[in-house]
Amino acid sequence: MKLFAKYRILLPVVSLAVLLAATFYMQPRAMSYFGINLLFNLAVPIALATVAQMMIIMVNDIDLSLGAFVSLVACVTATFLNDSPMLGVLILLALVLCYAALGAVIHALDLPAIVVTLGMSFVWGGLALFILPSPGGASPGWLRTLMTVKPPYIPMAVCASVIIAVVTHLLVIRSGIGTVLRGVGGNARSVQRAGWPVVRLKALAYGLAGLFGVFAGMALVGLTTSADANIALRYTLLSIAGVILGGGEFTGGKVSPVGAVIGALTLTLAASFLSFLRLSPDWQIGAQGAILILVLTARLLFTRRDAQA
Amino acid sequence: MSTAAPSAAPIVALTEAAKHFGPVRALDGVSLSISPGDCLGLVGHNGAGKSTLVNVVNGGLAPTSGSVAFPASGAASALAAGVRSVFQELSLCPNLTVAENLRISHSALKGMNWRAPARAEIRAALDQVFPGHGIDADAPVDTLSIAQRQMVEIAIGFAPRGTEARLVILDEPTSSLDAGIAEQLLSHIKQFCARGGAVIFISHMLGEIFEVATRILVMKDGKVVAEKPAGGFTRQGLVDAMGHVATEAAAAQAARAQGEEVLHTPEGLRARKGEIVGLSGLAGHGQAEALARLYLGATSSWRSPREAGMVFVAGDRGRDGVLPLWSILRNASISILPQIARRGMVDRTREAEITAEWKARIGIRTDDVTNPILSLSGGNQQKVLFARALASAAPVVVMDDPMRGVDVGTKQDVYAMIRAEAARGRTFLWYSTETEEVCQCDRVFVFRNGEISAELTGDEITEERILEASFEMEGA
Repeated sequence: MKLFAKYRILLPVVSLAVLLAATFYMQPRAMSYFGINLLFNLAVPIALATVAQMMIIMVNDIDLSLGAFVSLVACVTATFLNDSPMLGVLILLALVLCYAALGAVIHALDLPAIVVTLGMSFVWGGLALFILPSPGGASPGWLRTLMTVKPPYIPMAVCASVIIAVVTHLLVIRSGIGTVLRGVGGNARSVQRAGWPVVRLKALAYGLAGLFGVFAGMALVGLTTSADANIALRYTLLSIAGVILGGGEFTGGKVSPVGAVIGALTLTLAASFLSFLRLSPDWQIGAQGAILILVLTARLLFTRRDAQA
Repeated sequence: MSTAAPSAAPIVALTEAAKHFGPVRALDGVSLSISPGDCLGLVGHNGAGKSTLVNVVNGGLAPTSGSVAFPASGAASALAAGVRSVFQELSLCPNLTVAENLRISHSALKGMNWRAPARAEIRAALDQVFPGHGIDADAPVDTLSIAQRQMVEIAIGFAPRGTEARLVILDEPTSSLDAGIAEQLLSHIKQFCARGGAVIFISHMLGEIFEVATRILVMKDGKVVAEKPAGGFTRQGLVDAMGHVATEAAAAQAARAQGEEVLHTPEGLRARKGEIVGLSGLAGHGQAEALARLYLGATSSWRSPREAGMVFVAGDRGRDGVLPLWSILRNASISILPQIARRGMVDRTREAEITAEWKARIGIRTDDVTNPILSLSGGNQQKVLFARALASAAPVVVMDDPMRGVDVGTKQDVYAMIRAEAARGRTFLWYSTETEEVCQCDRVFVFRNGEISAELTGDEITEERILEASFEMEGA
């Protein structure tokens, strides 16, 4: 069983495969182009949000404002970006810069990220309500087209997940700057001693998180065609769970972008799977939690055994 | 001048460099120049200022006064001047691979395809310093052993990294390496210096210092007390230069009648009733860990008794001492709350009485014990922690370097208090980094590399004997 500890990506892959097999067994009709697209459609924004959360966890922080932030982006997308695209793009850019500034402030003043982001979640939530007091708005046409595109053979949801996984893998694992960013999570002092400005690196990590958060909100509007100030509140916890499910650790800069995307897919699939089980929606959240605990327990057991060996 | 002999210009030159932390003079005016080919052995006791000197040289700390210059390269920063440091506490990123760790300190590696050159460079550096090392450049650092990590760190220190290593500072580099590997490192240092590099070598293994150093610098209390070519010292001379003779306190130590043994750990730590037992040796050699194991084992398990047989006096007040948001009263009384509680409720009157009694006995300088603890000076905060421990009825008191950052007056008060309490039959286990304090003990255990290397009693407790046992006299 050393295999699981050596290749951390294996456990998320196995979890997803087992869940997928169970779903197909329960509902063989899901095993089709449209079935798969339906199953994983909503996984695309969650995967993007999970990658955003991963950028923050990578530098040993945690973001409790991500759900509110994605909701705000969704509101901006459904209103400003639709009505006056220039202004919309500017607002979204400003939001990304806000995130970068947040990272710099958190590092420079040595503030706990958990508190700052919790506070910011109310700011984002308030702004979202200000922009869109009641559900509404409309998705820009091009975004709708992009999110409902039907590539041959492989459903859009799968295509998009693969693209997100490959791009973030290149960015975080392969590139030089991604390596240094992971180094900040592993041992910030040693990165600083090597002459890197850690405050700028933190700002970069937060800025990347903001960028992927913006993508998540836009993808969500493209799928739902309208927005609401509370549309993505549960993304905060889903994204954290996705990162951990994908083989990431809360501290130490140990993250896996491919794993994070797989984690997001697993979480989405778990919800569908429970519906197929005809489980009452009242129990679904609890059952989803149980699946999460199960996978994390498995991982803990494997890593412990490996540590003893 | 620069055209005549650029190699003769020193790589780094310190003039009267000083570094003060508040009133503490960690570095008290040091002038030093290191030229190409120098291998400087740096020795000194705990807190002598070695680490501060190193951090001033490598740019980690800016000197309070004086200057640091890099004449040979003319560079403004230590990093640009080719000064590299290998620290004792491992400073690699454990989540990255060996090659990725090189990338962190090698900003010249750019572009998407940096992995192959990084691998090649770290492999070459490892092969050069530690032939036959068997370390995979793609292995994540947290899968390597401590010795292998140290080897990687040393190799990164010597690797060219786009420029060239001119001065490599090695802080206790061999502490986690076995003899064969250490020998490889020493011979590499000699070659490196012969090729015109320079090394600052800090070690408690005097044998290694004598083997590689061309010059030896002895530090004490933030000053350089001796600097000579390596041949100018004998081992005994070096130990004498590091230490200082302060035995006036020993006179105060009267022979006490010793009771039965109350403590005996598997490691060999023993204590009798009424005895003051010191734990000594260089900092970080397992003394604090031994105390923590002993204390937590006796008090913090699920089934530990309600009335603890041991109490703890913290030295790192911020980390495991004061409760910063509480008043002086609450901070002092927390250890006795279960004993003075009535039906599970705190007895406020008795709590106040006991605290007032200890305030008077230990001399905590405050008008009102309900003031917040942080309104007190460090020394008085420490007295509150002593009151917390001594107010309980526990027969054993564990002290983890409790006099850190405490002024001399307070120290004398506390020494007297400890002696008085010991005379009443309490046992003290006292870890201290200050040899002067350890010399007040009845029995001293000297730690080295996590093990007890000597047990001294009575007249054997002298600074010299402790130093001898702390340093590896045989060498590598």
